[in-house]
Amino acid sequence: MVPIQYYTALAVLLFILGTLGVLIRRNAIIVFMSIELMLNSANLAFVAFARARQALDGQVFVFFVIAVAAAEVAVGLALIVAIFRSKHNIDIDQINSLQG
Amino acid sequence: MLLEEAISSGPTFFSLAPWIVFFPGIGLLINIIFGGMILERGKWGEKIVGSIASLASGLAFVVAVLLAISLQGHPEGQIVTLTDWITIGDLSIPWAFQVDTLSVVMMLVVSGVGTLIHIYAIGYMHEDVRHNGDPNRFRRFFVFMNLFIAAMMILVSGDNYMMLFVGWEGVGLCSYLLIGFWYEKGKDGIGNAMAAKKAMITNRIGDFGFLLAAFSIFWTFGTFNFHSIFEKAPEVAAQNPEALLFITLCMLIGVTGKSAQLPLYVWLPDAMAGPTPVSALIHAATMVTAGVYLIARSAELYVLVPTAQTVVTLVGAATALFAATIAVGQFDIKKVLAYSTISQLGFMVAAVGMGAFVAGMFHLVTHAFFKALLFLSAGSVIQGLERGHHHVAHDPRLKKHVKGHGHEFDPQDMRNMGGLRSQMKITFWVYLIGAIALTGIPPLAGFWSKDEILAEANHLNLTAYILLTLAAIFTAFYMARQVLMVFFGKARTPAADHAQESPLVMTVPLMVLAALTVLGGALNLPFMGFHNLTLWLEQTLEGVVKEGEFVVLVALLSTGLTLVAFGLAWWLYNPRRYEEFWGAPAARRADDPLRSYIGPVFDTLKNKYWVDELYWTVILNPYISLSRFLADVIDWQFWHDWFHDKAIVGSYNMLTRLLAVRFDLGGIDAFFNGLARLVQRFAGLLRRVQTGYVRNYALMIFVGVVVILGYLLLR
Repeated sequence: MVPIQYYTALAVLLFILGTLGVLIRRNAIIVFMSIELMLNSANLAFVAFARARQALDGQVFVFFVIAVAAAEVAVGLALIVAIFRSKHNIDIDQINSLQG
Repeated sequence: MLLEEAISSGPTFFSLAPWIVFFPGIGLLINIIFGGMILERGKWGEKIVGSIASLASGLAFVVAVLLAISLQGHPEGQIVTLTDWITIGDLSIPWAFQVDTLSVVMMLVVSGVGTLIHIYAIGYMHEDVRHNGDPNRFRRFFVFMNLFIAAMMILVSGDNYMMLFVGWEGVGLCSYLLIGFWYEKGKDGIGNAMAAKKAMITNRIGDFGFLLAAFSIFWTFGTFNFHSIFEKAPEVAAQNPEALLFITLCMLIGVTGKSAQLPLYVWLPDAMAGPTPVSALIHAATMVTAGVYLIARSAELYVLVPTAQTVVTLVGAATALFAATIAVGQFDIKKVLAYSTISQLGFMVAAVGMGAFVAGMFHLVTHAFFKALLFLSAGSVIQGLERGHHHVAHDPRLKKHVKGHGHEFDPQDMRNMGGLRSQMKITFWVYLIGAIALTGIPPLAGFWSKDEILAEANHLNLTAYILLTLAAIFTAFYMARQVLMVFFGKARTPAADHAQESPLVMTVPLMVLAALTVLGGALNLPFMGFHNLTLWLEQTLEGVVKEGEFVVLVALLSTGLTLVAFGLAWWLYNPRRYEEFWGAPAARRADDPLRSYIGPVFDTLKNKYWVDELYWTVILNPYISLSRFLADVIDWQFWHDWFHDKAIVGSYNMLTRLLAVRFDLGGIDAFFNGLARLVQRFAGLLRRVQTGYVRNYALMIFVGVVVILGYLLLR
């Protein structure tokens, strides 16, 4: 059985990759994918701990997360399409009209 | 005597006294309210309005007669209190009518002569309406006339100086209103209005004196009531003679204003701008005699102050002579009569001044008759001429003859008259009677009254006697001149040639007045048993009245001198000579035959001694300059421009600018603006944080989470 630390380390690694992707990348779709990556790192941590502790709560939580993520993908992609329609571009550095 | 018994035991009518004021008041109210409506009914409307006014005045006369009858039985008279008027502390002035022989004489004259003049005015004012078009003038005229009668009645019937003053001002107001009746006429279209203003202002000066006298009376006596004042007067005269002197002299100023004496007489000639019935009623018969009445009423004060008596006498006598000389040089028929009135008022004032109160009142009564007669006849002459002028102007055949006598035709100029004897017979005869009465030829009324004054003057004040006798000579001269110029000879203008007699409504009052003028002397014949007026007035002026005596020498002298003056006038103005004089080309002849003898003197008389000009130079122009100076320099430039605009507004502006700029803008605003700018700058720094890049925000959140977690872990 793979020790829990490996799973956790992988989850952390994935989360950091996701975070960095959100912070650094300019393509909205890539940013979006990075967010999915962070969600899935959290899912990984959930199932890893659920398995280790022999409890079903974590598994159930993951289903919720996947459901919410699906909904989020629908909303997010719709947003990106809308942005593209108005700006002909999905570079998030161009979308800075909220600046002070 | 059965009649006397019946009178003395009969009822008394004293309680009717207030009605002498109420009747004219009711008359004027009816005309104010319904007059316009009545006048719309056309031709009869005027007669109805005039009749209402005449009836109101006539009823007042009836009341006056009833009061006179009552006085026969109760000569001491009565005070009829109508109501309280002024009550302040100890001072109580009732509205009370003093019915005594003196006031009733005045009431009879005012309402009697007044009624005749009202009737005459119905005819006279008809012409005015016919020429000027506005029928409402008719109502206005009669309302003012009734108002005058009411005010005059208040004047003569009050039992205190305050009521007298109300009447005094009331008649002054009516005089002003009626002088300015044709306010749109006269020189430059304002001449008549100016005349009215002049009368008003000149009278104000006199009234100022009257008010001073009234205040001093209150100060000295503590009351305005005639009876109480006269009771205390001897006591005051003993303790404080200066007070009485001051009172009587101030009263004299009032008299000189109202009764047109030197030096305030100047308004009366100008007052001739009013309609002729007004001149007859107000400026000859009644209002101007108010001053004489005032002195007669205050007789008991005047007899205590010989100095004041002398002053009054000399003022009166000087006025009599002064005005009589001016009348010689006048060409306006009404101006001659105006100066004659001033002169005759001088006679009266001189008479009451020297203590001959009965003679003064007697002359007042007879003068009211014959001067009203003369003025009304003059009005008849003027309208006769106007009718003639109208006739000529509307007859194309005649009009061709008289090229150039268009609008400048003056129907009052005696030079435009002549020969009216044949055109206006009735007017001529009554005028002649009036003129002879005025000049003092026996047995007409004027002779008896004037002679009584001269006889009294002869032994009371010789200076006055000489002045008055001279005045009488001039009187005879100017009246003869006037009668000769107006009625004798040939007509000098086509208008005079076509003059027409006035209607009956005007001539009948003239004839009544002529009868009164002939018979009026019977009031007080200077023979035993005929001192009626003396006995009558004795009841009121107890102790200050003496029976006038008849001095044959004085009468003969004055009559003789009058005849001499007549002769002189005949020599200068007899028809043949005057026509010869008039026949000369206008450029080469003088304006009057008298000029060839006394040239510059005639100029002086014609220009009234330049008294008006003198007043303009000495008083009015400096006064106007002073008021201009006060208005322009002191008020406008100093107070308005400098003090108000510069000093107050300027310094206020400066203060507000200081507060606004330095304090508000520089202090408060700057503080808050600075605060705002500080916040703005700080906000400017902070806004850099908000880049609009989502990842920056995410980084912030991430850093924040890391920091919070770090804090929680390392705590």
